[in-house]
Amino acid sequence: MGRPGVRLSPARLLAVARKEVIQLRRDPRSLIMAFVLPVLLVLLFGYAISFDVDRIGLAVLDRDNGASSRALVDGFRRSGYFDLVDRPASPGAAERLLERGSARLVLVIPPDFGASLGAGRPAPLQALVDGSDANGAGIALAYAEAVVADFARRAAGRGGPAAKPPLRPEIRVWYNERLDSRRMIVPGLIAVLMMIIAAMLTSLTIAREWERGTMEQLAATPVARAEVVLGKLLPYLAIGLIDVFSTAAIGRVVFEVPYRGDVLLLGAISFVFLVGAFGLGMFISAVVKSQLLATQVSMLVSYLPGFLLSGFAFDVATMPLPLRALSAVVPARHYVTILRGLFLKGVGLEALWPEALALLVFAGLGLGLAVRAFRKETG
Amino acid sequence: MREAPRPEVAVEVRELTRRFGDFTAVDRLTLEVRRGEVFGFLGPNGAGKTTAIKMLTGLLRPSSGDGWVAGHDLGRELDAIRRRIGYMSQLFSLYPDLTVAENIALFAGLYGVTGPRLAERRAWVLRMAGLEGRERRLTAELPLGWKQRLALGCAVLHQPPILFLDEPTSGVDPISRRRFWDLIHEMAGAGTTVVVSTHYMEEAEYCERVGVMSRGRLVALDTPAGLRRGLGRPLYEVETDDVLGAIESLRATVGVVDAALYGRRLHVTLAGDGPHGAASIRRTLEAAGRRVSRVERITPSLEDAIVALVRAHEG
Repeated sequence: MGRPGVRLSPARLLAVARKEVIQLRRDPRSLIMAFVLPVLLVLLFGYAISFDVDRIGLAVLDRDNGASSRALVDGFRRSGYFDLVDRPASPGAAERLLERGSARLVLVIPPDFGASLGAGRPAPLQALVDGSDANGAGIALAYAEAVVADFARRAAGRGGPAAKPPLRPEIRVWYNERLDSRRMIVPGLIAVLMMIIAAMLTSLTIAREWERGTMEQLAATPVARAEVVLGKLLPYLAIGLIDVFSTAAIGRVVFEVPYRGDVLLLGAISFVFLVGAFGLGMFISAVVKSQLLATQVSMLVSYLPGFLLSGFAFDVATMPLPLRALSAVVPARHYVTILRGLFLKGVGLEALWPEALALLVFAGLGLGLAVRAFRKETG
Repeated sequence: MREAPRPEVAVEVRELTRRFGDFTAVDRLTLEVRRGEVFGFLGPNGAGKTTAIKMLTGLLRPSSGDGWVAGHDLGRELDAIRRRIGYMSQLFSLYPDLTVAENIALFAGLYGVTGPRLAERRAWVLRMAGLEGRERRLTAELPLGWKQRLALGCAVLHQPPILFLDEPTSGVDPISRRRFWDLIHEMAGAGTTVVVSTHYMEEAEYCERVGVMSRGRLVALDTPAGLRRGLGRPLYEVETDDVLGAIESLRATVGVVDAALYGRRLHVTLAGDGPHGAASIRRTLEAAGRRVSRVERITPSLEDAIVALVRAHEG
C-alpha cells in the first residue's frame, strides 16, 4: 500500500496503463464515450444553444392600413430581426397566435395611426409580447422599440421642422465583435464536456474493477495504489487531450469561433484540469464501487455544478452572492474563464494565472483523493 | 505478543479476529502452517474461511490479534508480504477482456518478473494450464477449469513461497478439480506452502492438515486421518423409500445424534455403541411406516467426521 516513501515503479505503472489501453480498445461503450460523444455533444450544443434572438415571429393587426402603417411594418421586416408570420383580422385572432406560439410579438396599429402622425399628434402603438420566455421577450421588445424609434426619426425628418441630429454613440464590442453567443458558448462547452467525459469514463473503469473482483486481485499484488491511479490516469489523460483539441477544432472550423491564444498553453492547462477531473471521477468510483452509482454521483458532484455554475451558459456575475461564492470552488468555472481568455481574448498566463493556480489546486486535490480512496485493504 | 517468527513456520496467527459490526466473522483464530505444507480451511459457506484468508493476504485488516506471513508482520509489513505471496480469490478475477498472454504480461509486470525469467515463467504457465497455442484467446471465452488454472499461473508467476487459494475449485467440474489439486501438490512438492479453503469436504483428503471452521471459530485442527479417528461414534448407512421423512423421524428419536442425507442414502450417527444399533434404527423407521431395504454399520468418511464436528459446534 503506497505509503509515503515507497518508490513508484515505472514498470508496474506501465503494466497498469497498458492493460487499461487494451481494455479501452476492446470496449465499444468506452470508445464511443471517449471519442464520439464529445464531437456529437459539441455539435449538438453548438447548434442548439444560442442566445441570439432573431427571426422573431411577428403578427401585425393593422387597423389603419395606410401608407404610414405599411411603412412601419416594412421597417420591422427590413430590420432583419422579425419574421412577419401573419396578419390577423381581429384581436381575438392575434391572441390565438400568441397562445399557439406562432407569433412572439403582436403589433397593434390603431385606425387613426396615419392621421395622428400627419397631424403631429402622438400616435399610440400597442405591442403584445409573449413573456413566457422572459429573456427572449425583453430582447424582442428592445428590437421593436429600436425599429419604432427609427421610424419616428424618419417621420420627423420628413415632416416638421428639421430634427436635431440624434446623438449617435459609437459602440465597439471587443473580443466577440458580432456579439455572437456561440463564440461565448463553445469555449465553455469544452469544459462542461470534459467534466461529463471524465465522470463517465472513470466510473466505467474503476467501478468495473470492483464489481468484477479484479481490484481485489490487483490489491493482493505488490502494486502501489499511486501506481494503479496513475497507470489508469495516463490513457485517459491522452483521450481527454485529444477531445479538447478535437472539440476546439470543431469550434474553430464549424462554428467559426476564433482562437487567439497560445495552443501549447491550452494543452498545458487542459492537462492540469483533466488530472483533477479524472482524479475526482476515480475518487468517486473508488468510494461508491458501483458503475451506476458512480455515474449518478459524478453527474451530481461534477457535471451539474459544471453546467450551472461554470458561467458556460449562465453568467456567474449576475448570480446571488451565495451562488457566486459556491462557483469559486467549481473547477469548471476557472477552466471556462481560461478557455474564453485563450479563444476570444488571446491572453496568456499573465492574465489567467489566478484561474490556472485554482486548477493546479484542483488537480492536486483530485489526484490526492483518488490515491487515498484506493485503499488496498478493505474495512 | 510480537516476537521474531521461526523460519520453519510459513504462517502464524494468534487470536486473529475480524468483526463486521456486531457480527464476528473470524473469532480468535490461532494456528501455524509449516513451510511446504498444504493446509486446508474447511467448513460451510459463511464459516469465516474467506475472511481468514483475506486477513492473511493483507486484503482485510484484522480487528485484533497478531499474525506473521513469510516472516513478516501482518500489521506493519504488508508490502513485504505481498511480494512473497500468491493469491487467487474466490471469484474468478483475471481480466476477462484481456487475452491469455495479456493477463500473463500484466501480472508479470505487477510482480516485476522480466527478461529471460519472464519467458521461462510464461512458458511454464501456458504448459501448466494447458493453454499452449491459445495465448491469443480472450480469457472470457475459456472454459472455467482453464480460467482457474490460468489464474493460478498468474498468481504464482513470481514463484512466491506461500500461495493462498480461496475456494479455487468452486463451480469447476470434478476432472478439472482433480487436475487442479495435482497442480497444488506439484507446487507443494517444489517447496511452496499452500493455504487453501474449500467447502468440498472430500477435498480435505488432499490436505496435509485441515482446520475446520464453523461460525467464525476453528473447531478442529488435525490431519485428515486424525479427524476421522476423532468421530468415535457408530455410524450407520440406511437405505429407505422416503429419505426426507426418515430424517425427520430419526432426528426425533432418543439415542440418535444426527441423521444426514448422502446422495440417496442416509448416514445416521448414534450416541452409544450398542449391539442393537442397526435393529433399533430399522424398528424406528418401520414404526413410522417406512420401508427399510438396508441398514449397515460403516466406517466414517472424512466428510462424516467434518459434518459431525460442524453440527456439534452449531449445537
